[in-house]
Amino acid sequence: MSSQDTPEENLPAEPPHGTDAEIAPSDALVPDPGLPPHLPRRQDIDERAAKRSERAVAGLFTLSMLATIGFIAGFVAIDVDKIIYVWPIGHISALNFTLGCTLGIALFAIGAGAVHWARTLMSDEEVVDERHPIEAPPEVRQRVIQDFRKGAGESQFGRRKLIRNTMFGALALVPLSGVVLLRDLGPLPGDKLRHTLWAKGKLLINQNTNEPMKPSDITVGSLTFAKPDGLEETAEDFQEQIAKAALMIVRLEPEDIKDKRELEWGHEGIVAFSKICTHVGCPISLYEQQTHHVLCPCHQSTFDLADGARVIFGPAGHALPQLRISVNSDGYLEALGDFTEPVGPSFWERG
Amino acid sequence: MSTNDNPKSREKAPAGQKAADWADGRVGLYNLAKSNLRKIFPDHWSFMLGEICLYSFIIIILTGVYLTLFFKPSMGEVVYHGSYVPLQGVRMSEAYESTLNISFDVRGGLLVRQIHHWAAIVFVAGMLVHMMRVFFTGAFRKPREINWTFGFLLLVMGMFDGFLGYSLPDDLLSGTGIRFMEGAVLSVPIVGTYLSFFLFGGQFPGFDVVPRFFTIHILLLPGIMLGLVVAHLILVVYHKHTQFPGPGKTNKNVVGMPLMPVYMAKAGGFFFVVFGVITLLSAIATVNPIWAYGPYRPDQVSTDAQPDWYMGFSEGLIRIMPGWEINFAGHTLVLGVFIPLIVFPLVLTAIAVYPFIESWVTGDKREHHLLDRPRNAPTRTGLGVAWISLYLILLVGGGNDLFATHFHLSINAITWVVRVSFFVLPPVAFIITKRICLGLQRRDREKVLHGRETGVIKRLPHGEFIEVHEPLPQGKVFELTAHDQPKPLEIGAEVDENGVVRKVKRTQKVRAKLSQAFYGEGSQIPKPTPQEHEEITSGHGHH
Ligand code: HEM
Ligand code: FES
Repeated sequence: MSSQDTPEENLPAEPPHGTDAEIAPSDALVPDPGLPPHLPRRQDIDERAAKRSERAVAGLFTLSMLATIGFIAGFVAIDVDKIIYVWPIGHISALNFTLGCTLGIALFAIGAGAVHWARTLMSDEEVVDERHPIEAPPEVRQRVIQDFRKGAGESQFGRRKLIRNTMFGALALVPLSGVVLLRDLGPLPGDKLRHTLWAKGKLLINQNTNEPMKPSDITVGSLTFAKPDGLEETAEDFQEQIAKAALMIVRLEPEDIKDKRELEWGHEGIVAFSKICTHVGCPISLYEQQTHHVLCPCHQSTFDLADGARVIFGPAGHALPQLRISVNSDGYLEALGDFTEPVGPSFWERG
Repeated sequence: MSTNDNPKSREKAPAGQKAADWADGRVGLYNLAKSNLRKIFPDHWSFMLGEICLYSFIIIILTGVYLTLFFKPSMGEVVYHGSYVPLQGVRMSEAYESTLNISFDVRGGLLVRQIHHWAAIVFVAGMLVHMMRVFFTGAFRKPREINWTFGFLLLVMGMFDGFLGYSLPDDLLSGTGIRFMEGAVLSVPIVGTYLSFFLFGGQFPGFDVVPRFFTIHILLLPGIMLGLVVAHLILVVYHKHTQFPGPGKTNKNVVGMPLMPVYMAKAGGFFFVVFGVITLLSAIATVNPIWAYGPYRPDQVSTDAQPDWYMGFSEGLIRIMPGWEINFAGHTLVLGVFIPLIVFPLVLTAIAVYPFIESWVTGDKREHHLLDRPRNAPTRTGLGVAWISLYLILLVGGGNDLFATHFHLSINAITWVVRVSFFVLPPVAFIITKRICLGLQRRDREKVLHGRETGVIKRLPHGEFIEVHEPLPQGKVFELTAHDQPKPLEIGAEVDENGVVRKVKRTQKVRAKLSQAFYGEGSQIPKPTPQEHEEITSGHGHH
């Protein structure tokens, strides 16, 4: 039936005859000797062994009951914040340990009991059942196809093309409403990914001290994290803003800086880069002062801060954006504008 | 069947039977039970793998419902005042706060959280291994292709639902995973930025992603999965389970134990065993200690950021991919992220479509209820192992930093090894596996022809030592030779004896080539012919 497209001679190992529903035959070397004879177990012939199994099963079920009582007792008696030392696990919650062990035993014992029961006491004689082809016999198939034709004919579906076509049209269009309904899942991106809170004159606030910084606060070899002045943790949109504005600051010896623009955009070797990895956006956190490399802990992209933060290893696609900074009249580090390119992971409109 | 017209027997019937009569009159219980109560299930340890999936799925639902009673899927910010001292006074989302409360203030909450997470890990692992057993034994062949597909969908949804699940607590680790997801979505050409804004309800992280994930995680995906699991099981019952070949086992019968009582007790008992083991695991091994990571902040990160194991291979893909970015006409094509995003489903799909490719190549339309021993399908087994090797090498790639620190290797070296292995390892694994299978087939053939080695060494009169071989019992010979050996497809001459050119379609040619590769010379060791067997056995037991 379904093999019409296959020319006869191409059929591999063609079934000896007939229908697709043919169940694969066996061409073993010797005739099937049939199921091996059933061998009785100890428990089948020795009532004492059977009794022992019975006691084992009942013992397991009893253990389960005891464990459940233990669970309830533990729940009531143990303080939720009590910590105990259990070798070799270490310091753990006493309540979690007790509840887990008692419940675990209560459940496991039921299971072990049931399985032991089935294996030792229930009949283990194998039973043979017939299989029947899944496919319907030809008469049934014919009958159903006829019924369908009859139904389809009575509906006049095939004859009245106008009804058919407009119905398909209507059914095809109606899901559009559902798609349109999804529109308000979020606002359009606009240029939101292009801007951060940084702007001309914004002070760089040290995230540890929450104070503005003087150049002398930045020592060679340390990595300092900063946020724009005015962005407080309590702000409604803090997470959204810091996800773009997070900044890291290092001081390099000016003569170590290989990139001319990088040197210009910094202040006496103090340079500020976006902390958000350009791969898929993890915050960069590891700094190796000898090599001036920073490493993203997520997928190990490595950026050379002495050379325009270009990627020297890993899956990131482009350098970390640099923030142009300077010192204001009070001697504090300030931004000279926003980043000139989008921070974080790349996207289609980035360009 | 109904006892209504026989008041006497009705009086004597035990209460259970009365209830059954009642139900029969309303839903036709007896007709339903007629063929199912003593339904035969073949026994093999590997058939328990599907059960493990089923039970861990039930455990996940039970514990998940409990967790929803306490979890608050909200990203609204609060200051923590709960009983975990190190985080007191810290700002965090309500999602994270409520997860801390479940862990430290709700008695037993931590246990349920741990069981839920462990069960999810077991669930996905169970599905993967179950799928492997179905794959390597050829259980996916007709009539079970649909069930294979249902199973595969369950695997994909299970992985995805797991990812959504551990994203919910909004801790530093899960937030990092979500950020990863944002980066991946942004990399999609043309619509990526829009998709991301729709997903997050604006800019990352926004306030919507946790509640949205929550609904998908607890309602949408589990609902679909529940339906698929039920359909999957109905089909298992309807098709009747496959069985391994052996004496008395044919393609037309099913040999095993009846559902009631043996299988009920074993399977029911096994549910409790699985539940018990997962609970004990949760008592002694902490998984996802979110309190140690802290609340999510987009500018902070925990150093050993690792997803749950089943997402590890996507992590591997993203880590080994070179950072390609193409800029043109004001647009950026982020291949470094987008290619892994595409390859990820492709790796999964590769295994999902295999049964359909095999059935096309063989053109086999028969039903198969006897399983293949993996060695008897060397090409299939080889491809399966190749797939596993790809999966594993990507897992290694996903943990490249762990491997680097543990084995004192450079990340660079590991990354290159994984990159090369990605292309080289699967073919190598394929070739080696196929050879091993053929070796095993050869050994089976030897055994059939020359019998079993007894370990008894005999000295012949002229001094040579030989090992005494004992002919195999008939049942064993049957078992070792019962399998099909498909013949490769022949296209036949393109020009027939009369010089008429016969048109052979391109697909036919491809099909014949593949068939040669699957079943041609070098892809199977011919079973002994009856003559060969005759010669040997009629002579003497050994050479
Ligand atoms: C929620 C996840 C799953 C559950 C609860 C589940 C459950 C089961 C159970 C209980 C069986 C019968 C016992 C056995 O053969 O192990 C079974 C059989 C089967 N499963 Fe699954 N399974 C799941 C996922 C999968 C996956 C991922 C695949 C493959 C892509 C798959 C394909 C099959 C097939 C083809 C059978 C028939 C096997 C035979 O009759 O030999 N299942 N499943
Ligand atoms: S996010 Fe930094 S390397 Fe992937």
